[in-house]
Amino acid sequence: MAASLRCFLRSGKNTVSALQRREFHRSAPAAVQMTVRDALNQAMDEELERDERVFLLGEEVAQYDGAYKVSRGLWKKYGDKRIIDTPISEMGFTGIAVGAAMAGLRPICEFMTFNFSMQAIDQIINSAAKTYYMSAGLQSVPIVFRGPNGASAGVAAQHSQCFAAWYGHCPGLKVVSPWNSEDAKGLLKSAIRDENPVVVLENELLYGVPFEMSEEAQSKDFTIPIGKAKIERQGNSITLVAHSRYVGHCLDAAAVLAKEGIECEVINLRTIRPMDVESIETSVMKTNHLVTVEGGWPQFGVGAEICARIMEGPAFNYLDSPVTRVTGVDIPMPYAKILEDHSLPQVKDIIFSVKKTLNI
Amino acid sequence: MLAIISNALCRMTGRNGARVVVSRSFADFTPQATFDIKKCDLHRLEEGPPVKAELTREQGLQYYRTMQTVRRMELKADQLYKQKIIRGFCHLYDGQEACAAGIEAAINPSDHLITAYRAHGYTYTRGVSVKEILAELTGRRGGVAKGKGGSMHMYAPHFYGGNGIVGAQVPLGAGIALACQYQGNNQVCVTLYGDGAANQGQLFESYNMAALWKLPCIFICENNKYGMGTSVERAAASTDYYKRGDFIPGLRVDGMDVLCVREATQFAADHCRAGKGPIIMELQTYRYHGHSMSDPGVSYRTREEIQEVRSKSDPISMLKERMLSHNMASVEEFKEIDIEIRKQVEEATQFATSDPEPPLEELCNHIFSKNPPLEVRGTSPWSKLKSVS
Repeated sequence: MAASLRCFLRSGKNTVSALQRREFHRSAPAAVQMTVRDALNQAMDEELERDERVFLLGEEVAQYDGAYKVSRGLWKKYGDKRIIDTPISEMGFTGIAVGAAMAGLRPICEFMTFNFSMQAIDQIINSAAKTYYMSAGLQSVPIVFRGPNGASAGVAAQHSQCFAAWYGHCPGLKVVSPWNSEDAKGLLKSAIRDENPVVVLENELLYGVPFEMSEEAQSKDFTIPIGKAKIERQGNSITLVAHSRYVGHCLDAAAVLAKEGIECEVINLRTIRPMDVESIETSVMKTNHLVTVEGGWPQFGVGAEICARIMEGPAFNYLDSPVTRVTGVDIPMPYAKILEDHSLPQVKDIIFSVKKTLNI
Repeated sequence: MLAIISNALCRMTGRNGARVVVSRSFADFTPQATFDIKKCDLHRLEEGPPVKAELTREQGLQYYRTMQTVRRMELKADQLYKQKIIRGFCHLYDGQEACAAGIEAAINPSDHLITAYRAHGYTYTRGVSVKEILAELTGRRGGVAKGKGGSMHMYAPHFYGGNGIVGAQVPLGAGIALACQYQGNNQVCVTLYGDGAANQGQLFESYNMAALWKLPCIFICENNKYGMGTSVERAAASTDYYKRGDFIPGLRVDGMDVLCVREATQFAADHCRAGKGPIIMELQTYRYHGHSMSDPGVSYRTREEIQEVRSKSDPISMLKERMLSHNMASVEEFKEIDIEIRKQVEEATQFATSDPEPPLEELCNHIFSKNPPLEVRGTSPWSKLKSVS
């Protein structure tokens, strides 16, 4: 009796799931498509739920759902206490966020764009980044500064600067620059869980772009370690290193070059500081050529730093040609589309530089 | 009557005899007295702090001890600086002791406090020993920040420094108050700044948000009349610093009277704890030293002015005279306390001048908290240094 009951129940269960399978063609859990915006939103939602000390503050983050809708739905879910709209007072609210972090909370301080963070840069560097050192470990500052960085579309000079080099310059800060949705979610979650000040440089043009999110990345505990780069594409001919949007450009260039038999190894930096130079060195020791790609200006930029570090390390002896930097043009960003298009690296510029570096 | 007899006996029997007489006449001291204190100017307040303050003998001696310790510590720092044992920045607090002592008397250790660079007094009142303060000034490993912070970067539980950038500490203080509100712990944050910092834009941003969100923040302007070498009249269109918060209620307080400061701070703390939002206090005070040790302090003010304040309004003298005139303590007692403090400061100095400097291995530590060890580039590519949390 019991056995037949069990049998029935077992088949019943199988029948139901078989029905489900038949009805919805459900296969084993797989990757889903998710935009960078949704990935960032999910990261914040999960961390807000996980730790009640986490809160978000910034302009328009609450009732407006975020200037770029990154914080959509969070105010509705968590309320005024956890999602705080601030007046237009960057220096003031950044200082407030840093003070709150010093007193035991875990703030996420959003800048509508990182251009506005310049007004608050003293609080980021002098009050946040340097404090753990100055206090010899007595006072930590677990804070995240996040927002869109670099060029957008048609927003001209005052709204298009890339801050990777400026923030990457300072000891005491961690600086990450995600490219795809997995990067965005994993790095933001790591940043929020980190005990130190972390600058998360997002990219407005990527917010609406869908990327595949692996099953692993869909987990509530998915984090990406800060300080580790990722090889997005393997290759033997030449190494391309980029961060943020230009990782995509490099992959596009690699696809074109592959048709000509040039196999590019594309490295997604993911973290600007501390930079994973070892991954670059390992790759260069295999390919013997290096091209860096970034949206920021050339002088004192991310590419400049990579060049210096490669020269100082073991990979130098493996280079068959000097390192090439592909960067934004050394000008304030113009408005007109044709000018703007020619102010930033395009895929054809990367292809051109690769061929020059390979002397093809 | 008994006091007259004991005084006479003191004079007759000499020092040892006096001590014996003093210990026998402890019971003769007034245990508590009420003092008139200056009425505070009010801004957007119907009532202010009381105009009378009660002081017990124990409290009086404690405030005296605190202020005298800060005084002697600062004067020792002056000495050490002139001997080039302390270097860099050194902003001394002597003259302003009533502010630090009075504030601490009115708040709890669980409350929070943040100030600017003239911070040695607050570092002491918030619980760091004279020894650790002097050793930090002399840059030794026994300093409160292991020698890595210096004069302006000393920290303790619920004391957030020591901040070098003028005005930056004010939004930080409002943020600490936000954390108090968020955590619902009924604590307040005392956020101090000077008359110079009062003109910083970020203060007004802080006032706005603190008032908007009703943060339990006591903004305190220590107005010592000079922002570095610029007098308040030359720096501010309005020198009514207690009114500068506009929509935030304010008090102007006699910052040379420890009791006045205490009563006002108590009033302010009650205001914040009642959920009424922020409040501003302006403490009218004075610094005897120049802005820092590299400023003699007489090119923009007269020696006569300094001397006048010293003789008429010195916070330590004022307290001492009050207690003596009400027979709350004896001259000998104060002398003994002075000797004790002198000894304490000497011992601290001994330590601060003999303790070794931090080891070079410490150079790159404390970049990140709770982080695996990392490598830090030294001055050349071959110099690879190690950093641990």
